[in-house]
Amino acid sequence: MSENLTAISYLISAIFFILALKGLSHPESARNGNIMGIIGMTIAIITTLFNPNVLSYEMIIIGILIGGALGTYIALKIEMTALPQLVAAFHSLVGLAAVFVATSAFYSPESYGIVDSNNQIFTSSLIEMSIGVAIGAITFTGSIIAFLKLQGLVSGAPTTFFGQHFLNLIIFLSLIVLTVLFTIDSTINIFWIIVTLSFLLGVLLIIPIGGADMPVVVSMLNSYSGWAAAGIGFTLSNHLLIIVGSLVGASGAILSYIMCKGMNRSFISVILGGFGVEEGANVNKNEGKTVKTGSPDDAAFIMSNANSVIIVPGYGMAVAQAQHALREMCEILKKNGVTIKFAIHPVAGRMPGHMNVLLAEANVPYDEVFELEEINSEFSNADAAFVIGANDITNPAAKTDKSSPIYGMPILDVENAGTVLFVKRSMASGYAGVDNELFFRDNTMMLFSDAKKMVEDIIKGLG
Amino acid sequence: MENIDPIINLLMIFVLACIIGYYVIWGVTSALHSPLMAVTNAISSVIIVGALIAAGPEEINFSSIMGFFAIVLASINIFGGFVVSHRMLSMFKKKEKKKDNK
Repeated sequence: MSENLTAISYLISAIFFILALKGLSHPESARNGNIMGIIGMTIAIITTLFNPNVLSYEMIIIGILIGGALGTYIALKIEMTALPQLVAAFHSLVGLAAVFVATSAFYSPESYGIVDSNNQIFTSSLIEMSIGVAIGAITFTGSIIAFLKLQGLVSGAPTTFFGQHFLNLIIFLSLIVLTVLFTIDSTINIFWIIVTLSFLLGVLLIIPIGGADMPVVVSMLNSYSGWAAAGIGFTLSNHLLIIVGSLVGASGAILSYIMCKGMNRSFISVILGGFGVEEGANVNKNEGKTVKTGSPDDAAFIMSNANSVIIVPGYGMAVAQAQHALREMCEILKKNGVTIKFAIHPVAGRMPGHMNVLLAEANVPYDEVFELEEINSEFSNADAAFVIGANDITNPAAKTDKSSPIYGMPILDVENAGTVLFVKRSMASGYAGVDNELFFRDNTMMLFSDAKKMVEDIIKGLG
Repeated sequence: MENIDPIINLLMIFVLACIIGYYVIWGVTSALHSPLMAVTNAISSVIIVGALIAAGPEEINFSSIMGFFAIVLASINIFGGFVVSHRMLSMFKKKEKKKDNK
């Protein structure tokens, strides 16, 4: 295949990828969007197989078969609640693949046509190779740590130590110096030192970040995996890789921005990590106040007599796998003439859009699910708000208490509803480590139990 | 225009693609942010094209073995990413107008 034809095929493939992302603007068009993505990928792979340097197909076919079978198996088996860790694991693979491709380009640059007449790699390619391999390596180890935290294999709590930021800075500066050295004298040793230091930096960047900041981390690693692909695209002068890498990089960056805004945290402070750690001395202002607890029957009574109920799900619902029982409860209430709506906070759960997927899994129609801006004004008209497994995202301290670590975070105004029902395991505070004054209000009823069990008991009470 | 360094061309493509990405992604509804991550994850594995070239030569050497492993990893992502997004997207349904509306 001539180079011109290859370039045109890559262009077509890139257009399909853009259409794939465009399709996600609405749930109706999204399935077609996914198919566009598959077409784009197929065109890209077939085009590359016609590359004059691709002569033997055995390894390629075996590789695709092994990877394809594994990927399909994992994707079919995975529980929807485990989605965040799956995505983190997938990101790590992109990062490692980028490292492998860069290594391969470094050892056989002639296959990629990035050498001059003296068989020396172009200087520009060396710089790009160094950057590409570094981002890839950081993505790999960073995503592994994120995966371990999300899977609960290591503690989700921030791990911090003295001089951490200083150490990161030193490693970062060393990487820059090494990149310069690499362009002057591209030895194997320097290449592997860059890889090793980047692996280390990936670990160090993610270990200080706590569980509640995971939506930002997952988005950020999504972005890195894109930039790694773009970096490799520059190294190999491959237009398609650059285009797709940029699209993915931009996507992850925008998601990170949305997540940061949803928590009123600056990107820098998330990266520096340790949410709520410095608030250890937080005085418990609500000491001595009492809360009103209720039974499942009380909750069933309140909700079945309401005209409208707004449901606010959080990570606790995902942990308890309560989404199916919740949908069943809503069906019964709807039959009793109660209007049900779902309110989703941008950072509810462990990844962007986490709650939406779980509700969709439980067959909740997506036109009953609303975003914060769409529904926040409706709480004052709702007879009851049913908060299940969420805490910080409803805390009015975010609006009133300037000293609170969550001050300025947009919250769902559940306090305006007639009755606020909180399903919680205990009085423990949320991830931000702040007390929620809402628990002590007169119109609040606490339902202490596992989320799933409580919902099942309410269903019994409704029956 | 012929004297332009190729890297400038690449840079132009990069910047324009970032701008397209910016506008397309802001159009994605927030309900679909999880599938968005799965899809972007799958398509970023287009890095497989670099791996295919690495694994392409007749003789097997260090580079082509690296290429082979990169193909396996990228394929896991491509298949896994598209399949899991398909699973997610097929769950998003509109309210059904069934007769059991009381």
